[in-house]
Amino acid sequence: MATIQLNKLTKAYGKAEVIHGIDLDIPDGEFVVFVGPSGCGKSTTLRMIAGLEEVSGGDITIGGRRVNEVDPKQRDIAMVFQNYAIYPHMSVRQNIAFGLYTSKLPKEEKASRVEAAAETLGLTALLERRPSALSGGQRQRVAIGRAMVRNPAAFLFDEPLSNLDAQLRAQMRIEIKALHQRLGTTIAYVTHDQVEAMTMADRIVVMRDGHILQAAPPMEIYDNPVDIFTARFIGTPSMNVFPAQQSGGVVTLAEAAPTVMAGVRPQDLKVAEPGIAPAVALEGLVTVTEPLGHETLVHFTAQGHDFIATAPGHFGALPGQTVRAEAAAGTVHLFDPKTEKAVGRA
Amino acid sequence: MAAADTTTPTTGLPMPRIRPARILLWTVLFIGGMLMITPILFMFSTSLKTAGQIYDLRLIPAEPTFANYIKVLSEGEFFRWFLNSSLVAICVTLSNCFFDSLVGYTLAKFRFRGRQFVFIAILSTLMIPTEMLVIPWYLMAADFGWLDTYWGIMFPGMMTAFGTFLMKQFFETVPDDFIEAARIDGLNEFTIWWRIAMPLVTPALSALAIFTFLGNWTAFFWPLISITSSELYTLPVGLTSFAVEQSIQWEMIMTGAALATIPTLIVFLLLQRYIVRGVMLAGLKG
Repeated sequence: MATIQLNKLTKAYGKAEVIHGIDLDIPDGEFVVFVGPSGCGKSTTLRMIAGLEEVSGGDITIGGRRVNEVDPKQRDIAMVFQNYAIYPHMSVRQNIAFGLYTSKLPKEEKASRVEAAAETLGLTALLERRPSALSGGQRQRVAIGRAMVRNPAAFLFDEPLSNLDAQLRAQMRIEIKALHQRLGTTIAYVTHDQVEAMTMADRIVVMRDGHILQAAPPMEIYDNPVDIFTARFIGTPSMNVFPAQQSGGVVTLAEAAPTVMAGVRPQDLKVAEPGIAPAVALEGLVTVTEPLGHETLVHFTAQGHDFIATAPGHFGALPGQTVRAEAAAGTVHLFDPKTEKAVGRA
Repeated sequence: MAAADTTTPTTGLPMPRIRPARILLWTVLFIGGMLMITPILFMFSTSLKTAGQIYDLRLIPAEPTFANYIKVLSEGEFFRWFLNSSLVAICVTLSNCFFDSLVGYTLAKFRFRGRQFVFIAILSTLMIPTEMLVIPWYLMAADFGWLDTYWGIMFPGMMTAFGTFLMKQFFETVPDDFIEAARIDGLNEFTIWWRIAMPLVTPALSALAIFTFLGNWTAFFWPLISITSSELYTLPVGLTSFAVEQSIQWEMIMTGAALATIPTLIVFLLLQRYIVRGVMLAGLKG
């Protein structure tokens, strides 16, 4: 069990700085998910915590101990990699036990820990198999097992599910979350998939270009994103953002001289439901509809801007038809057009 | 019924279509194969002939005899030479597998100043022909008192640029994740190399072992120069002692050569799969 603190952490490769002095406190037992597009620095940050990358500036402390120059093996952390990194020349049992290779525990204790980890992860029947005889999900579980047996102070996960298919990913998400609930160990988890971030995290850290944009619980980020990037990155489908003019409580799409950037989540932009005094009302031509069963996503174009709105499941509009979509008061996010920072709601 | 009886079957296995290009290919391969195997067949054939029959070029001797084999094995120092060759080839092979992999791994997986320079310096030694190196080797061996010793035969080949290059290329294909995972698991760098990286490059290691063994088993030039005592001769050098100034005992040379071929044949038959893969991996000609 441990807290992890990043204090003015920077990373530079030669003259190119890729992490620009980030600060973050991860309390003991928290499940933190770093999320952001490729190249935002999330994996580099995790690798610095693991000790696989040198720290260029600032400090990392794990459990109150400054670890900048400490070897990975002495940081009391375990890491699960994107490519599983389970050794193909060893059986599942040997792979899991490998986490204890340098441990001074008695043999029986090591064996019982391996059995216990296998039991927890549903790998008991597969212990003698080689990795080549396992499915992707099973391999990932072996990698988690190898991390688990060490009983580390913190787990680091580097995009562990990105090589799995959608169904397995959903299943493993639940398993990892359940594991965290059971073990209560601090977890730092990196992903570029905002669904993983939303569903698993106690707290999401949104990163971009080596900066932390926002670090908050998932629903807080969903409800109150600090800027346009975060607003569009979290939530599926992405938030509709468009130049607008605001007058009173009403926001109108305005290509010329916009005073504000307005953002409406597709879930808040409803088709064919004329509301009472909507904050936004848009009219446009349907381009594509995506029926999802319980609702239909309606893609339409208004004044050259693309929008996504939601409609009831059985929505019959065809491409080319005109639709009207409205968002209720209080659901429209407003951003400064220059700084792109959130300035309020309408 | 009658009509049914006379119906010829229309479904049968179609004759495989043989393309002219394939015939040409087979012909070329057949000729190439014959060119390579004929001297070996003649070697075996001559080893079964008496001294008087060796200029009789029939492939199957009129009166085959194993007398030459008995003579080679019972007289002289054949066994000693065989053991010498085995010792040299095995030691050099083990040394190459160890040092070439260690250096290859370091060059592939560690970032340090001068890494590229070291790699290019190692590679550049491949461009110097053995004949040019023999004089410095000899002078060095003479200075250190290594002439006419086992170590004197072995030292130039204990590590090779080719082996280092081959292993480096292979270690580069080992994902860094494996190494980093082991680092986090607490292994030191040597153990990571030995326990994690080495098992993952077994095909390249086998290829290196095979080529090094065969190369050293058949090595002639340097052992001939560095060894003067007959009890330290390797097989290829020892066999030349059958060619004395007045007469060359072809049947004895061929018998010795045939016996010397046996280990290479065994190595080839056992490890054929690896040799073929190794040739493909290393981009070598056989």
